[in-house]
Amino acid sequence: MTINRTTGLSPLKARGDMLMDEPLIFERSSEGRPGVLPAAPDVPAVDARKFIPEKMLRDAIGGFPQVSEIDVVRHYTRLSQWNFGVDTGFYPLGSCTMKYNPKINEAAARLSGFSMLHPYAPEETAQGALQLMYELQEYLADISGMDAVTLQPSAGAHGELCGLLMIAAYFKGIGAMRHKIIIPDTAHGTNPASAHLAGFKVVPVKSEANGVLSAAAVEAAMDDDTAALMLTNPNTIGLFERNIKKIAAIVHKKGGLVYCDGANMNALMGLVKLGEIGVDVVQFNLHKTFSTPHGGGGPGSGPVGVKKSLEPLLPVPRIKKSGKKYSFAYDRPDSIGRMKAFYGNFSIMVRAYAYMRRMGKDGLKRASEIAILNANYIRERLKGHYQLAYDTPCMHESVFSDKLQQSNGVTTLDVAKRLIDYGYHPPTIYFPLVVHGSIMIEPTETETKETLDRFIDAMKAIAQEAKTSPELLKNAPASTRVGRVDETRAAREPILRWKPKTGI
Amino acid sequence: MEFPKDLKYTKEHEWVKLEGNVVVVGITDYAQDSLGDVVYVELPQEGVGVTKNESFGVVESVKAVSDLYSPVSGSVAEVNDAIVDNPEVINEDPYGDAWMIKVELSNAGELDDLMNADDYQKFIEEEK
Repeated sequence: MTINRTTGLSPLKARGDMLMDEPLIFERSSEGRPGVLPAAPDVPAVDARKFIPEKMLRDAIGGFPQVSEIDVVRHYTRLSQWNFGVDTGFYPLGSCTMKYNPKINEAAARLSGFSMLHPYAPEETAQGALQLMYELQEYLADISGMDAVTLQPSAGAHGELCGLLMIAAYFKGIGAMRHKIIIPDTAHGTNPASAHLAGFKVVPVKSEANGVLSAAAVEAAMDDDTAALMLTNPNTIGLFERNIKKIAAIVHKKGGLVYCDGANMNALMGLVKLGEIGVDVVQFNLHKTFSTPHGGGGPGSGPVGVKKSLEPLLPVPRIKKSGKKYSFAYDRPDSIGRMKAFYGNFSIMVRAYAYMRRMGKDGLKRASEIAILNANYIRERLKGHYQLAYDTPCMHESVFSDKLQQSNGVTTLDVAKRLIDYGYHPPTIYFPLVVHGSIMIEPTETETKETLDRFIDAMKAIAQEAKTSPELLKNAPASTRVGRVDETRAAREPILRWKPKTGI
Repeated sequence: MEFPKDLKYTKEHEWVKLEGNVVVVGITDYAQDSLGDVVYVELPQEGVGVTKNESFGVVESVKAVSDLYSPVSGSVAEVNDAIVDNPEVINEDPYGDAWMIKVELSNAGELDDLMNADDYQKFIEEEK
């Protein structure tokens, strides 16, 4: 048992067992204790041995926890209370768009017509669901300026893969396969991985000193074997790739395509239509931009929008509308096939649809405007306390570094850990890689000015502590159940499964 | 931070040491310091070809995953498998025990493109 640092009492004395480290459910097990006693069967018992081969039968499950129902409920309720989420506090995780997820989205997703719908239900009985998917595709096409959209991919990187497979299929289809993808160093980290997975060779291109990609750099890298340029816009420094029209023209002139990672679309809604500035393929991260819960494993949703020339390649099934009737269309000979079982993460689509319908076109535009305003407010007020990576107005997120703290021996990691003591989820750190010791802050539009002010005050206080008492940062977090963990040892000597103290 | 005079350096922070027609390749003190604690390294097989400025392996720290770029073209004559099991050596002895590969040069002229210790030190000062 550990002694609580603040109270000096053993946790048991402090607050019952509320503060005690929660044992694993296996460690709560007591031999022979049932969770639930099923009612006696009202049909004659059958001996399984008569029907099922002996080798497929077992009398007991080894190591299965034997716990009472209330212990199970308490165990998981406690663990849930240790969580930090958007619903508990400010979560400025750069590149992740941790905006508030309105509860009306949850209500819509739980409507039994949606939540109980079987994926094999006949089309006639699923018209509402099909209509929702069809209309969601249209909204996304409208927002991005693309001609057609698929909802199938499970999340952002899966959408990237889907888009790149279509790009590969496009060049195969015209009988002139290309093998390279140009990716700037300000693109999302998943982009090179997706390009590799789709069979392409990655050609990295460096951004300029002002943080954006130059037309000259793309011109120099672009050749007849390059299938596409894959950029993120706004890029991962939170800056708008302002040369994109010129860059797209260079790529198109050499017969290539332009892929835009749309993960940062929270800065663009109603402000920029990517399809009108030269983008041929884009993936949407519904879980970021369109306010569905994420972080901690999803599920996400990564629809992909394409221009007309790529439409025949979209995954099957497509959703067809004839008059007022919706149906699935499978007969698409040029399609790259399925990206996922059934039709994608449907419940996430319902949430995104509910969000978009409630916000409306003007509301979405306003959301992007406020997201940009909030990021610039933080950028401006923290300037001088933390080094700005690029001292220009940003889009939806702002990147700082630990350069001003270095002389006190304080690093980005220490600042991030100390923020936990102030009650905030740390921002994204050490990404993007182009900035040494980066601290990437994305406040989103859903936070009030008061919340932003409190966060700014905390960041300033930490910058002050870094000068006067750096050990506070070095030892942080001090307020949590588990203090600073040894990340290096965890990576070098990972313990990948729990083992009982006495053998099971 | 140390930058031995008898080594040559790349803009991607690898060092090169010439030993006859073979060069030894590793990453610099500055590289290991920027990466932080290295937790994983992936090196090529002996005998495979490497190309100047192209990736020959991967090094991963608690902060980031980075490609290792070959300073020269040629074939891999020897691989330091010991650092695969003990990647911390890269932090402890970047110019010694943490050498990564030995490459048999196919074009000795490529060595002329590399920086000497003074130029490399200037280069990283600017990069900071």
